[in-house]
Amino acid sequence: MAESEMQQGQEVVEARQRAHALVARNPQETVRALFESLPDLPATQRLRPSETGLIMVRGRIGGDGARFNLGEMPVARATMQIANGTVGVGYVIGRDHDHAELAALADAMVQDPAWRDVLEQHILVPLAEQQAAREALEARKAAATKVEFFTMVRNRGPK
Amino acid sequence: MAYVSVKGGERAIDNAHRWLDEKRRGDPGVAEIEVAQIREQLSLAVDRVMAEGSCYDPELAALALKQARGDVTEAIFLLRAYRTTLPRFGMSQAVSTKDMAVQRRVSAAFKDIPGGQILGPTFDYTHRLINFDLADTGPDTKATLASKPLADQMPTIASVFAHEALLETPEADPADGSEPYDLTREPMAFPAGRDQRLQALARGDEGFLLSLAYASQRGWGNTHPLCGEIRMGNVVVEFQPEELGFPIEVGEITVTECQMISNFEGSAERPPQFTFGYGLVFGHNERKAMSMAIVDRALRHAEVGEAPAHAVQDEEFVLYHSDNVEASGFVQHLKLPHYVDFQAELQFIRRLRREWQAARAPGDGLSEAAE
Repeated sequence: MAESEMQQGQEVVEARQRAHALVARNPQETVRALFESLPDLPATQRLRPSETGLIMVRGRIGGDGARFNLGEMPVARATMQIANGTVGVGYVIGRDHDHAELAALADAMVQDPAWRDVLEQHILVPLAEQQAAREALEARKAAATKVEFFTMVRNRGPK
Repeated sequence: MAYVSVKGGERAIDNAHRWLDEKRRGDPGVAEIEVAQIREQLSLAVDRVMAEGSCYDPELAALALKQARGDVTEAIFLLRAYRTTLPRFGMSQAVSTKDMAVQRRVSAAFKDIPGGQILGPTFDYTHRLINFDLADTGPDTKATLASKPLADQMPTIASVFAHEALLETPEADPADGSEPYDLTREPMAFPAGRDQRLQALARGDEGFLLSLAYASQRGWGNTHPLCGEIRMGNVVVEFQPEELGFPIEVGEITVTECQMISNFEGSAERPPQFTFGYGLVFGHNERKAMSMAIVDRALRHAEVGEAPAHAVQDEEFVLYHSDNVEASGFVQHLKLPHYVDFQAELQFIRRLRREWQAARAPGDGLSEAAE
């Protein structure tokens, strides 16, 4: 019983991580246009004023060793509550509070069975497709600059 | 009795700043530059301002460049000043450069690095001839698209030789769970750990680090490095907010990473192997990442039993002088009024001259000099 609850908890966490990542890693204008295309949205309330702060970005020595502080990055933060009381949290790179509020709204909707499918179908799937297309385009540009070395067979003469 | 001016100049200062604003705008007959144009078309200047401003925000860095009339060091200062106005939400998870969406990845040491040599958008192999076509509107060139995208993950140079232990393994996070040194919260202190050194170098002045790296290659140092790997591309930044209890992806940033390889001939405790110098910088900046990696390796002399004999191996010299906001402030404060200092020095020099002349005067100069 406890195990299945934990499993369910893990599924919710993964769904929230996916929804948040898709909103945060796509342009605000794209995300907003998709939300605006929905016929209906949950009523929302800001639980605290949205604000801009800093996150210290960390790296690892040698790429996979001990952590060190690389430098800071502005992040917008929002906390939104939807009508049934579910609270969503958004943290998005940059200083765009609207973007963070959309991330918080998605985070709240993905936790609410009444909204989860609408979010998935009309927001998350299109965002995932656009992101994949964008990444594939960049990766094709990179692949076109891959060096193809000419190899010569050196004949060492008859054995 | 003399009058001493203690204040004043407000109107002159206001008018100087108005003229500065006019100068910034330049000829009003020429279209004003937009921040988005700077961000998109002067993106490497933007990257440098973000790296040394230690604040990843392309919009703000572009705006700072506009405000500073293209003075990169001034723009870096503006960005550093801005970051002090914001609260700190927390620390990110460490970015994973091995999962980078690679735009460029080359190894000068190992031709057959798995994944291949990916040149990316590089100035290398250009002829460095001025392109007069750009004087007008430039050509609308599109990048070539390969039929297949690059693999999602590029193997690192370290992973290639891992099974032979030919390359050193970087130290892991400290076992006591202590957090990395943070120069934005703690003052520079010595001896510095490698985490502290890398943070300082990551925001250090590119020109200073480049010159140190160059000097160390030419003999004022002890590094004979090969470029193991350079990679540039996007990495995902994850952050775990206090209120969530699990990490979330908050965005992507572009970074440049460099692994410099140097020989280590072994000691009583360690077999011979290659050692690494490491560079990691915000944005696309290979010159900076390579310089950082060379300087990082030079500063590790004690770990490999090298006798420090050069400036690049002296961490106090390097770290105290690598920050161009501090350096610029200290050098440039000399142009602010030092009237009282100079008045005191005038009196001092006049007295010394009287004494010097009196000591050389014929006859009884002693009583005069004693005044």
